Amino acid sequence: MHAEMLILRFSKEVVDKPIIYRLVKDFDLEFNLLKATITPRKEGLIVMELKGHPKNFRRGIKYLKEAGVKVQRVAHEVRRNEERCYQCGTCTAICPSGALYVERPEMSVVFDAAKCSACEMCCVVCPARAMEVRLNQKALER
Amino acid sequence: MAHYQVNKTYQEINEKIKQGKAVVVTAEEIIGIVREKGEVEAARTVDVVTTGTFSPMCSSGAFLNFGHTRPPIKAARVWLNNVPAYAGLAAVDVYIGATEPAADDPLNKVYPGEFKYGGGHVIQDLVAGKPVHLVAEAYGTDCYPNKRVEKEITLKQMVNAILCNPRNCYQNYNVAVNLSNRIIYTYMGPLKPRAANANYCTSGALSPLFNDPYYRTIGIGTRIFLGGGVGYVCFPGTQHHPGKPRNEHGIPLSPAGTLMVIGDLKQMSPRHLVGVSLLGYGCSLTVGLGIPIPLLNEEMAHFCAVSDEELLAPIVDYGTDYPQATGRVLGHVSYAQLKSGSITLNGKEVATVPLSSLVRAREVAQTLKEWIMAGRFLLGEPVELLPTAEETPLAPTYARES
Repeated sequence: MHAEMLILRFSKEVVDKPIIYRLVKDFDLEFNLLKATITPRKEGLIVMELKGHPKNFRRGIKYLKEAGVKVQRVAHEVRRNEERCYQCGTCTAICPSGALYVERPEMSVVFDAAKCSACEMCCVVCPARAMEVRLNQKALER
Repeated sequence: MAHYQVNKTYQEINEKIKQGKAVVVTAEEIIGIVREKGEVEAARTVDVVTTGTFSPMCSSGAFLNFGHTRPPIKAARVWLNNVPAYAGLAAVDVYIGATEPAADDPLNKVYPGEFKYGGGHVIQDLVAGKPVHLVAEAYGTDCYPNKRVEKEITLKQMVNAILCNPRNCYQNYNVAVNLSNRIIYTYMGPLKPRAANANYCTSGALSPLFNDPYYRTIGIGTRIFLGGGVGYVCFPGTQHHPGKPRNEHGIPLSPAGTLMVIGDLKQMSPRHLVGVSLLGYGCSLTVGLGIPIPLLNEEMAHFCAVSDEELLAPIVDYGTDYPQATGRVLGHVSYAQLKSGSITLNGKEVATVPLSSLVRAREVAQTLKEWIMAGRFLLGEPVELLPTAEETPLAPTYARES
């Protein structure tokens, strides 16, 4: 069983399609809605937990993307333990989203949480293990 | 003997330090002063230049004496938080090495291994005041009948704790790239295939041995900033190779001089001794180290005025050349280029990645400067300077340093 928190964004074109229904019926997935705001003719947003067999889960996510839904996985987020980080810069080698970068000429290492995709690659690369994974509470409150 | 216009002695400078009159600047600040006033005037005005570095230094560790137990034990095998320490010394003396992984670490069995906890972490936990779980086993003798001790112990409770690092503070270091087709995990960090990143590891113009390239003031007895406390240079470090080729500024073009350093661990801080885990490689210890360089004459002002533009580092392929010890160097690049964020290699732009914290290196140099200005840190005059010539011929694998 695999479960993840997701933020789904629906464009005007797909907002009126029975996408979640198909997700349940065709992929045998269970969902738990935390928030849903869909304004007709405007963008819609759903925050929900999606649960099911890992294979079905992957197929379900693929279906969502193909249907034109923007899928953001927010079961977790990465944060920096400022006490542990000693600003070396090793993490900047692998950060794929540019959330971790070196500020010049100070040569300090900046973590821009807004750009972070929570891929967790920095977590094991950081020599001081300053990058930590936590549950994203904000996703629940939004 | 060279004739200098400025001639100062350690005693004179120490006298000024005691009176709170010494002029102290960092190795970054001296560059502008020399450019503006000239070497002679700079040497007249400034007494001490402070340097700093903050990098993983694998050849580090600590001698610990955990105190006699009742009944006494002649410890033969010792673990601290399950990390083996070397116990082939007298009864309760051990040496904990920075790179020793925990006894049950899966290592690289699941590649790349995470190496979450090792000797470096034990050292950091100790200086942070945390209790460490000690297990000692022995075969038992008539004079030391105890065969097993298990207890929690803090740094304070230890009789002695001495940080003693056989090789720290490398004078220059490789810039690591990976020309192979797969990502590799090295002590120089993760290296992406086809030279997608170039990792380097010194603090450039702030780095201690770049500011005294011929070791005119650094030797046995030099007092230093070590791990947040006071330490000493106690010997040339292992693999000290002063005979490496140098540029017109006297700066070695590859890893050359090294230092063996020692200091009381009980005075040090977890901010300047950080246990680290290098993915796929192992555990280590990041050490904050700073050396004060006395401006005894204008020549020392000349050396200390070296800037990132004049410091060149060798680019080495860790995909093939390094593991096969071919000694091939792909080229040289200045620290100014490395700090700019990208270098050019074979016509391609490569992103540079620092492994050494310049932010903390500056903090080390600044702290040392404040200590000296406050009169609480005096210069140690070396009883013998570091060798400037090779004592044994370089081995054919000399280009390979780690």
